[in-house]
Amino acid sequence: MAHSTSQKHESNTKRIWYVFILLSVVTIAEVILGIIRPDFLVNTHLFSMKLLNWIFIILTIYKAYYIAWAFMHLEGESKGLRRSIVWTSIFLISYLMFILLTEGDYIHEVYKNNYVVWDF
Amino acid sequence: MEATVIRTGTEGKTWGGGNEPLRASYGKMMMWFFILSDALTFSGFLAAYGFSRFKFIDSWPIADEVFNHFPFLHGVDAPMYYVALMTFILIFSSVTMVLAVDAGHHMKKGKVTLYMFLTVIGGLIFVGSQAWEWKNFINGEYGAVTTKGGNVLQFVNGEGERMALEDIAIAQPAERVNHTKQSGIWFTSGESLPSYSLEEVKAGFLANEDLLIRSQRTNEEGHKTILTREESLAKMNNEAVGVVEGANLTHNEYGPPLFADFFFFITGFHGFHVFSGVIINIIIFFNVILGTYERRGSYEMVEKVGLYWHFVDLVWVFVFTFFYLV
Repeated sequence: MAHSTSQKHESNTKRIWYVFILLSVVTIAEVILGIIRPDFLVNTHLFSMKLLNWIFIILTIYKAYYIAWAFMHLEGESKGLRRSIVWTSIFLISYLMFILLTEGDYIHEVYKNNYVVWDF
Repeated sequence: MEATVIRTGTEGKTWGGGNEPLRASYGKMMMWFFILSDALTFSGFLAAYGFSRFKFIDSWPIADEVFNHFPFLHGVDAPMYYVALMTFILIFSSVTMVLAVDAGHHMKKGKVTLYMFLTVIGGLIFVGSQAWEWKNFINGEYGAVTTKGGNVLQFVNGEGERMALEDIAIAQPAERVNHTKQSGIWFTSGESLPSYSLEEVKAGFLANEDLLIRSQRTNEEGHKTILTREESLAKMNNEAVGVVEGANLTHNEYGPPLFADFFFFITGFHGFHVFSGVIINIIIFFNVILGTYERRGSYEMVEKVGLYWHFVDLVWVFVFTFFYLV
């Protein structure tokens, strides 16, 4: 974040390769976890979601952060531009996710508990 | 008109907009506007996918069992490896793109050309891989029987291994005619016949005592429930209405139809982005070769296209998580 636009002509190759290695390591970790699916992580639930799924989502956001900051060079943009992009999407997407997932879960409960047979 | 202009005395200051508060060029700003709106479109799709998945949470297919193909490894259960490889290809093409942008800042035409070329190649490999993934998904592997309630019944043997329709079906003397245009006056089109009729599958199922039905329902351990022989026979006799092999928009052998719909729509929309990204990259690649940006004195165009390309990679990271991992 310390970068400013005046510095952008200095070569970033080292950082690019560092980020590539980091993204690769995270992806490999995700794939290994996805194949093994450790019982401990699958059976532990946190806020009604499997711990393993939380790990996947957090690692995804971690990767997204590096792609946006290093590759899309948000770290070199002005604070105003960066915030208008990041906060807009974060607020709107969290709201959308909250509403739709809550509703989806509600419909699931209706299917499960009501008196109409839908699997006939 | 002069009267409508309000002078606030802040011209040239940040709030007056005079000193370019965001310090970004017009083109770059517009690319960010587009990317943000496109990000909201994609999150709309993924949220809708999440909605349907929560709705059918206990009958959703298990991704590891659906996407388990790898080129040249026939019949080998290889969950995730292929899609992980695709992810690497896309991340790597993102790296070559950002290297091209970096070389552009130093006005190194040769390096920009090379890295743009590698980016295009990476994008093409990715689109090709996605096509292969679609091919496997559409053709299916085992086949299933559909029920009146719109569910699918899959088959396993005593050891719990999946059984394909071709291992089960016993040929029946029934007459199966695939209607064609030539054979009727009013007939224009009809559904094509599956490789095996429901009667053939039923007969095979009754004849082999070892066969069981695997229902769509996921049990506590996260596996699909396998019915007993009696339950299986009852299901087969009372509920089976048809045979399904592979997937289209209305039926699929994996589970709820929405699963295939979302797979086609979201990976398809992403694939379309990759495809258009490749086209734009090719245009920029030729512009670089022709020296357009050398003459312009700035490679910012490469940077703007790079933003789009990284965005495509960013979306894939999320699609990968929500379709294949979670």
